[in-house]
Amino acid sequence: MTLVKHEWKQGRTALAVWTAAIGFFIVICVFMYPEMKSEMEGVTNLFASMGSFTAAFGMDRLNFGALTGFYAIECGNILGIGGAFFASLTAIGMLAKEEKERTAEFLLTHPVSRMRILTEKLTAVFLQITGLNAVAFLLAAGSIALIGETIPWKEVGLLHLAYYLVQLELAGICLGISAFLRRSGLGIGLGLATVMYFLNIIANLSEKAEFLKYITPFGYAEGADIITNGSLDMGMLLPGILFCLIGIAAAYWKYCRKDIL
Amino acid sequence: MDAIQISKLTKYYGKARGIMDLDLTVKAGEFFGFIGPNGAGKSTTIRTMLGLIRPTSGQVQIFGTDIRTDRETIMSRVGYLPSEAVFYHGMKVRDILKLSADLRKKDCKRDAEQLCERLQLDVSRKVEELSFGNRKKVGIVCALQHSPELLILDEPTSGLDPLMQREFFSILRERNQEGTTIFLSSHVLSEIQRNCSRAAIIREGRLIACGSVEELSRTSAKRVSIHGSVNLDGITGIRDRMETEEGVSFLYSGDINCLVRLLAQGDVKDLSVAEPDLEEIFLHYYEDGGEKA
Repeated sequence: MTLVKHEWKQGRTALAVWTAAIGFFIVICVFMYPEMKSEMEGVTNLFASMGSFTAAFGMDRLNFGALTGFYAIECGNILGIGGAFFASLTAIGMLAKEEKERTAEFLLTHPVSRMRILTEKLTAVFLQITGLNAVAFLLAAGSIALIGETIPWKEVGLLHLAYYLVQLELAGICLGISAFLRRSGLGIGLGLATVMYFLNIIANLSEKAEFLKYITPFGYAEGADIITNGSLDMGMLLPGILFCLIGIAAAYWKYCRKDIL
Repeated sequence: MDAIQISKLTKYYGKARGIMDLDLTVKAGEFFGFIGPNGAGKSTTIRTMLGLIRPTSGQVQIFGTDIRTDRETIMSRVGYLPSEAVFYHGMKVRDILKLSADLRKKDCKRDAEQLCERLQLDVSRKVEELSFGNRKKVGIVCALQHSPELLILDEPTSGLDPLMQREFFSILRERNQEGTTIFLSSHVLSEIQRNCSRAAIIREGRLIACGSVEELSRTSAKRVSIHGSVNLDGITGIRDRMETEEGVSFLYSGDINCLVRLLAQGDVKDLSVAEPDLEEIFLHYYEDGGEKA
């Protein structure tokens, strides 16, 4: 576990900053809800009448005036994008940073197998993402309680679970990419998360593009579907799990053979 | 027993040459020198020995075990000092040394303290604040603190001041006397000549000579310095000729009798015929190789 500890220490500042930023915005948004609720009528009508913009964010199917509807959209944009960026950046750098900063030579001349290095790094990524999501969930539940609403455990729980899975999937894919890189892949990580996010928006806009939901992890994390169905869509989740596993398998395959220059 | 056994080792980077058909054996307990200019393939050889890169063909055995089959066991017996020691940003020297020891699952505190004291290394500093030489010292402690049986050193003295170099080599000699095998890669020939018992010379990816340092130095060529005036026209086997105000100096590998006859005809005030130093041998190997190529 030496490397897990080491990675945790190396990444703790970034983790703290991202967690604080995401947590802060979630809390702020929840605190805005009581005010929104009083102007509910107008707001709901306004958001429901913005045409394709409404559809893009699933607002045609959500009641923005209800806490769950409001939370699904706000949380979707904050934890969804923020968490996806964090997970992608952390994972894409995990292996590539050692070569970019030339510490790979130090690490790999110790009696530690590449298999174990990767397993410990994977564990570290998993723990960091889990840490961020645990704090985000507690802050969400806490702030909902603070504004005097009953906490819709099931809906909030499912939403957070979905975003957690989105992050794990992106992290798995990015780790796979990371093993093939020799330089920093931050751009690729950010780009991948962004592209995936927009694929879902495109899928929301056009029925012809709905198949995209099976490609992007944001498909199964669509707030409107989760709140309406009260469950995650397994048909979209399973390909996601598969992509994640392929990413991790590719990371093991490549990293165990790679020339460290 | 052989500490290092390299046979028919070849590494290509795509189409670019790394090393070709390299055969090399280092016996346990030897202080072995590995000489070659930049880009000759020294680092490629070392990286293959450490399992950082996979050979295109051929194999490397360390202590009788193939590096590809059991790298972990081998690495627990090896200490490596890279030519450019790079460490994790934001970590203190103390933490780096601890991390290295933890990765080896060993408590090396006592050895680390001793080494840091001898090398005058402040363990409370952050690594990125350190000068190149001081970072090198961190690398040295990492390579030595677990008392490895084989030490692989890549250009170890670059960045170290002369006093530190002396201290470093005295540590190495102590370790060598205690039985540690040392593989020293360098282009500083005096280092090799002073410390190593055997050495190999690498050029453009191929081993061009290997033997005891004495043997390598003992070629037929002599350094001849003449004080006076001699007509050297028509004699073959002269290289590296340097004219001075009072005479001439050159490397001679021709027939000694011819030289003596020639000298007898001239006006020689003083004469010295000496073994060339390793530096000259080195150039000799390289020039010969160049002519062949």
